[in-house]
Amino acid sequence: MSAAVQSPLRRFLADFAASRVALAAAVLLAAILFAALFAPLLSPQDPYDLSQLDIMDSKLEPGAKGASGNTFVLGSDEQGRDLWSAILYGLRISLGVGVLATVVAMAFGSMVGLASAWIGGRFDALMMRIVDLQLSFPAILVALVLLAVLGQGVDKVVMALVIVQWAYYARTVRGSALVERNREYIEAARCLALSPARIVLRHLLPNCLPPLIVIATVQVAHAIALEATLSFLGLGMPITSPSLGLLIANGYTQLLSGKYWISFFPGVALVLTIVAINLVGDHLRDVLNPRLSR
Amino acid sequence: MLAFILRRLMQSTGVLFVMSLLVFFGVYAIGNPVDILVNPNADQQDIARAIAELGLDQPLHLQYWHFLSGALSGDLGVSFSTGIPALELIFQRMPATLELAAASMVIAIVFGIPLGLYAGLRPESKVAKGIMAGSILGFSLPTFWVGLMLIMVFSVWLGWLPPTGRGDTVDLFGVPVSFLTLDGWSHLLLPATNLALFNLALLIRLTRAGTREVMVQDYIRFARAKGLSDSRIIGVHVLKNIMIPIVTIVGLEFGSVIAFAVVTESIFAWPGMGKLLIDSINQLDRPVIVAYVLLIVLMFVLINLVVDVLYSLLDPRIRLADSGGAR
Repeated sequence: MSAAVQSPLRRFLADFAASRVALAAAVLLAAILFAALFAPLLSPQDPYDLSQLDIMDSKLEPGAKGASGNTFVLGSDEQGRDLWSAILYGLRISLGVGVLATVVAMAFGSMVGLASAWIGGRFDALMMRIVDLQLSFPAILVALVLLAVLGQGVDKVVMALVIVQWAYYARTVRGSALVERNREYIEAARCLALSPARIVLRHLLPNCLPPLIVIATVQVAHAIALEATLSFLGLGMPITSPSLGLLIANGYTQLLSGKYWISFFPGVALVLTIVAINLVGDHLRDVLNPRLSR
Repeated sequence: MLAFILRRLMQSTGVLFVMSLLVFFGVYAIGNPVDILVNPNADQQDIARAIAELGLDQPLHLQYWHFLSGALSGDLGVSFSTGIPALELIFQRMPATLELAAASMVIAIVFGIPLGLYAGLRPESKVAKGIMAGSILGFSLPTFWVGLMLIMVFSVWLGWLPPTGRGDTVDLFGVPVSFLTLDGWSHLLLPATNLALFNLALLIRLTRAGTREVMVQDYIRFARAKGLSDSRIIGVHVLKNIMIPIVTIVGLEFGSVIAFAVVTESIFAWPGMGKLLIDSINQLDRPVIVAYVLLIVLMFVLINLVVDVLYSLLDPRIRLADSGGAR
């Protein structure tokens, strides 16, 4: 028992750091989050302040110097906007939408899953039927149809992403809650005559969290990719919220004339974000699941 | 058995009905089509006539009833913007999508199974690790961006393949197809590759996992002991045993390939029904959207039904579990 001196958090961190790839991905992810958070401080210009843009700087190659002597590290787009700045601001929007949608979907899905496992019977059967039904259609199709119905807008994109995602959480939480429900500690809590809400939220929910965290990490990446795809198709974010997907869509028209950088670099940022999140999520699953540990 | 199929059929019909209701009310609740479809300079009389022509002056439930009875007789309304029946418009575009989807499936199978087999037989080799790393990329790279990069490299930089369109088509049994002309092939290659990437990665992983599971079984050891050649062991004993999940996935994935074709078709301007959907959404051409969605839903319900029935034929336990009501 001497090893038990190590706190759970430290053990978790040590386990996590054991994989070099995952560690590198975590560092990259931290850097991306940092860049998105402090975009105004890190970018040479505010890409959406029109007074800072010069039409003479339009479509400059990466590394070229602008009319006022500033360097465009990753080039500029049609309006003479510095791409590096645009990417940093775009990251904020993409990450923000992805995380927000995932948190809301997780909260809603977990509630449905917990209620399903706790109440059981017809409610459970009905909910799981809806989950089955929804998961039998590809996410992109559901999201497309929803946005065709709802129209454009940040709130609508978030809503579509939530509707696409909640079913995963509902099913996962229900699965773990069904197992945990019959454990002794729940019985003990019942014997203490605690209210059902308290038992479910304070006793049941925390014990269903680990698989939830893993799914949520990976789902953030999915949400970001889906939002980018929808925005690229012109059905996602409005032009007033230029996410990475919109930046890529902007460059698409220039791609055929050889001006690759307007689409290429936002895409690289998107891919790095998604891959980093996926690698961290994959490794989290290995670390949080004691059955897989060596 | 018959009872099981009937029950499933009824469930599927129920799903179709619910979806038609959801889609209809959802799609018919957005915007005012009159603003979009009628010339802004038209006078009141023209607008009123257009509304009456499109049936937009009736209450929603009557519009739905009209639509449902029409749908059951194969009439899903007339496209607002082209004046062609929606269903006809979709059927015109369908061969292009099916061809693209089939081509991408072929690419995924032809490359995915051998690569997965190799990775499963030599899991420790460098090449196998490279294949697996590549398959992770196939999962995580956004399809639309990969498509752009394919255009950038193969059309803009190298100039080998055309970036957009379908090229020359030849009629095969009255249906235009691209894969019989050289020009058609050159147009098909990029979008099909783009669409194949996800399933290629999926098939590599499935085949690898299956192969690793099968290789340690007693019957493989027995086949070795009999002195069978490696190619016979792999070709007959391994492949046959890993095929069941692979065939299932290929069947199920065909539906999602058609759904994902929406993205690929938009990038490569491939004139399929996915591009038609995006164009229709942008023009608020609601009959076409509704018809497309219902058709896709019908397709998915049918695919799921067929897979369920096939499963119950292969594994009687599924039938029993379902009729017992204990799930």
